[in-house]
Formats: sequence, structure tokens, C-alpha cells
Amino acid sequence: MTKRASDVSASPPRRRSKYTLAPLVLIAANVVLFALFFVWPAVIGLIYSFTNYTGVGAFQLVGLDNYSNLFGDSTFYGALTRTVLYAVLFVPLNFALSLLAANLVVSKHAKGSSVARVIFFIPWLLSPIVVGVLWRWLFGENFGLVNYIFEKLGGSAVPWQSNADLSLLVVVMAAAWMWTGFTMLLFIAAIKNVPVSYYEAASLDGAGPWRQFFSITLPSIAPTSFIVILLNTINAMKEYPVFVALNNGGPGTSNNLLVQYIYETGFKRGQIGYASAASFVLMLILMAVAIIQLIVNRRVENR
Amino acid sequence: MTTTDMPRPVDAGPGRAVSKKQPRRAGSGGLRQAVPATTLLWILACLYGLPVLWFILSSLKPASDLFSYPLTLVPHDITLSGYLTAWRSANFSQYFINTTIVCVITTILTVGVSCCTGYALAKYDNKWLKAFFLCILATTMLPGEVMLAPSFLVVRDLGLYNSFGGIILPAVLTATGCFMFRQFFLTVPDELLEAARIDGARELSIFLRIMVPLSRPIMLTLAILSFQWRWNDYIWPLLMLNDPNKFTVQIGIQSIVGAQNINWSVLLGASVISMIPLIVVFLVFQRYVMNADINAGLKD
Repeated sequence: MTKRASDVSASPPRRRSKYTLAPLVLIAANVVLFALFFVWPAVIGLIYSFTNYTGVGAFQLVGLDNYSNLFGDSTFYGALTRTVLYAVLFVPLNFALSLLAANLVVSKHAKGSSVARVIFFIPWLLSPIVVGVLWRWLFGENFGLVNYIFEKLGGSAVPWQSNADLSLLVVVMAAAWMWTGFTMLLFIAAIKNVPVSYYEAASLDGAGPWRQFFSITLPSIAPTSFIVILLNTINAMKEYPVFVALNNGGPGTSNNLLVQYIYETGFKRGQIGYASAASFVLMLILMAVAIIQLIVNRRVENR
Repeated sequence: MTTTDMPRPVDAGPGRAVSKKQPRRAGSGGLRQAVPATTLLWILACLYGLPVLWFILSSLKPASDLFSYPLTLVPHDITLSGYLTAWRSANFSQYFINTTIVCVITTILTVGVSCCTGYALAKYDNKWLKAFFLCILATTMLPGEVMLAPSFLVVRDLGLYNSFGGIILPAVLTATGCFMFRQFFLTVPDELLEAARIDGARELSIFLRIMVPLSRPIMLTLAILSFQWRWNDYIWPLLMLNDPNKFTVQIGIQSIVGAQNINWSVLLGASVISMIPLIVVFLVFQRYVMNADINAGLKD
């Protein structure tokens, strides 16, 4: 938005500033909502993270105890490493699938791309809960279609639910499947903006489709690629509903991710103070991701 | 919470002209390239479509056939019994009505409030507006999942716990919605506004009578997005609602999953019912979702 905003404020003379009442009336509702549901929770969350508040009654300041306890808490570490692993698997898979889908949909050689585009998009409409149920049905160990096909092909049933790593892998695939439609739309917009003349020149020079993809398409859509990667990283870090519906963070608690950890600590065990501290650690991670996004984006734009 | 409105404002780099149709890429070779590209496209499309197809076809099987080997893709006898049981049992029809109420009210409020804010941000210039613009940016940096516990306490202290208000109100402010309207109103010429002022129209009536009708396409796009976010919301309604009569569809489905023995017939029926509204909305308004307008808003 930086570009367009500066365009606009630069063009007309600043006569509009004499209007103050009308704009204030127009934004009033959102200002109130912002104060109530953003500022207030953010402030008390920060305060509670330094206390032993349980949600009711009195509480004491405990300084940085919550934070130092977190770093000795193996459950928290487990959730953190599992979340990072999930993001590390999900982001590249979704990136590759979406980019492939976008390229195929845009390609003039592929027939039926408008129907295929809708097929790719439909999973994004489904709720994460339904996606979880659907993949649980697909990957059931004794009854699922996938194991059935494996057995038909002469393999043996794969323990999709009882092996912690495989069970994480199923969630990764489900999430990549669900998010492809949306990411694909971002890529399609970017690919359509690459000047056609680049490709014409390249094909005159004898560059094949692969060469064109790696030498023209990929560099041209770099800004979108960064955004997709960082957006998806942030989304992966706060994933929860797909896990709940697919395997409830199981088997056991081995795939409990950060948001589930926060939910369980805060609401099931009533440790609001401790959960708030965990929330702020998650927030710091997300902010780090967002700051990297800003820096990288700026560097790419200035190039 | 602004969180599940995942599309964050994002800068997509150069040249984002809205729905600028470019001629499709020129290249060499007709059939030689058409065959592999089409084949690959449809293999991928089948991989994406098959899970949904299998799910829907399974939901039409009688409960006794669900696990009978060998598995068959197309049901022998098609039955809606899974759907009927789901609809009747466990208050599912009540959940459906609840979700519809919540989604419709939230969507109307979101569109209205975002339209006002977006217009103010685009057409007026003063330092308070600039400051508020930064505040809205901040909400995208701090997703609601990060503030679950404090947000819960705030809403509880406001007396909104276990009420639809507790789900609706925190969801009304969305950065994406404000950005979409702001971007749209930036494209409306200032001359239109000036002309109305010269004719003696008052600020708010200019907004209501000229600008609001102009922004109808954005309203529709945001309405579709907002409906989808709210329909699919899970964690916040789960925290907010205690009374099973107020549960939303997603909580209802999850409660079937969480049962000791999953009743797959009911679960499949309930899940398919829950996806119908969104699929219908999408198919009806497909061109709004798929065209570049949505991208313009999302990427701002």
C-alpha cells in the first residue's frame, strides 16, 4: 500500500484536512472495537504474563517466573519444536503445489483450466474442522481409502494415526491441500503480470519451458513468493483446528502445537498467567517473522 | 478476532493493475505442449478433487456399507440417512441456525463498519486518521490466537460470555475489510466528492448517497470473505460458548469427532451439510471470488 498511499497524498493540495468531524464519525465504530478487543486484551495479556493469575480471584506478580519456567518446560519445548517442524514441512510443500497449479492454470496449453481452477479452490472453502474430518476419513488405518489402495497395490497398511511422524505428515498434506487454492490465486495474479514480451524474446532465443520458468517466471514473481512464504509461515505457526479434527494433536500429546498448548494451559488448567507468557513467546516469534518479511520485501523492492 | 481473516494486507510488487487481461503467453508447439500440460493439470486436479468426491460419495452410503470391503467409490444404495440422523440428532439443526445468525449479523456489521472506515481513510486527511491507519496495521501483526486468554477475559468482563455478541463483536474489525474499501475509494475521483460539496451536500450524506452505492462490488466481495471466515471459525466460538443450544456448526462437528466412538455416518453427513452453504455461495458468486478485485484488496 505504500506506493499508492504516497501517490495519493502527494497529488492534491491538502485542503481536505478541514474536515474532522465526518471522518471521526465514520471511524468511530472501529476505534471502539479496536480499543476493546485489541488494545485492552493486549495490555492485560502482557500484565498477566508476569502474574500467576488463574482467571478468577486475586493474583500476585511473579516477575519473569512464567517466562523462565517456560524454557524449562519440556511440553512447551515439544510443542514449539513440533510447530516449527510443521511449518518447515508445510510451507515448501504448499509453495510448490500452488506454484505448479498456478502455472498449469495460466498455461495456454492446458485445456479445461477454468474448471481445474475451481477444483483447486474448493478445499479452501471447507472449514479446517471439515478438512480434518475428511483427511481422517481418507487416512484411517483400518478403513481409509489410502491404506486400502496401498494394500491393493501389494503394500501393507501404514500407521497414519499411531505413528507420531506420519500423523504430522498427514496434517501437513491436509493443510497444503486446503491452502493451495488461495496461494494459487496470489501466484496467478503475479504470473499474469509478467510481461509477455519476456517470454517471446526467450523463446526466440530458443529457451524451453523449463528454462523460461526458472529464468523468467520465478525471478519475476519473487516478491509474491516471499509474501507467500512468510504468510504461510505465520499461518502454520498458529494452526490448530485441522489438528484437533484430524488427530487431536495425537497420537497422545506428541503433536500438540503451540496454540493447542496455550489453549490447554489457559483454559483446561486455568493457568492464565502462564498461558499469557506462552502467548507472548508465540507473538515474538510471529513478530520476528513479520519483521523479516518487511526487511526482505524492502530489499527486493529496492533492487 | 482479526486472525482467521487470514488474507493479510500484502504488497505484491509491481504493476498490480486490476484485472488487466493480458493475451495468453505466446509459445511454440501446439499439440506437443498441450498434451503434457493438460495431462499434468488434470492429474493434479484429480488429486485435489478426489478427497472431496470420496468424502461426499461416502456420506451417501448407508452406515452398514461404510466399512465394508472391498471399498467402492460409488455407493450401491444411495441414502440420505446419515444426513437425516445428523440433522435430527445432537441439535445439529440448531447449530446450523445459530451459525447462520452469527455469520449474517457479523457479515453485515463487518461490511458496514469497514466501508465507513475505508472511506474515511481514503478520502480524508488528518493526523488522527493516519494514526488509526497504523493501529489497523498493528492488528494484522498480532493474530487473535496469540491473545486467546486475555481476549477471553475481556469479553467475559464485558458480560458477553456465552452470548452471540461475544462472537460477533470482536470479529467486526478486520484489517482486510478496511484495506479493501480504502483501496476502492482511492480509485474514486476526488472531483466527484468536490462537486457534491459545491452543490451543498453534507459530508455524511455524500458518503451514504453517492459513495456507498458505488462500492457495491467491494461490499459483495468482503461479504463473501467474511461469511466464509465466520462460518469456518472454530476456536473463538469454542471458547465463548458454554451452552450447547448456542453452539455453532464447527463445534458440533468437532464434538462428534471427540466422542468415544466416532459415528462416521453422522459425522460425514454433518460435515457435508456444513459445507453446503459455502459451496453454494461460492458457486453463485464465483466470479467475484476469482477475479482480480479480491487480490487487489488482499494485497492492498
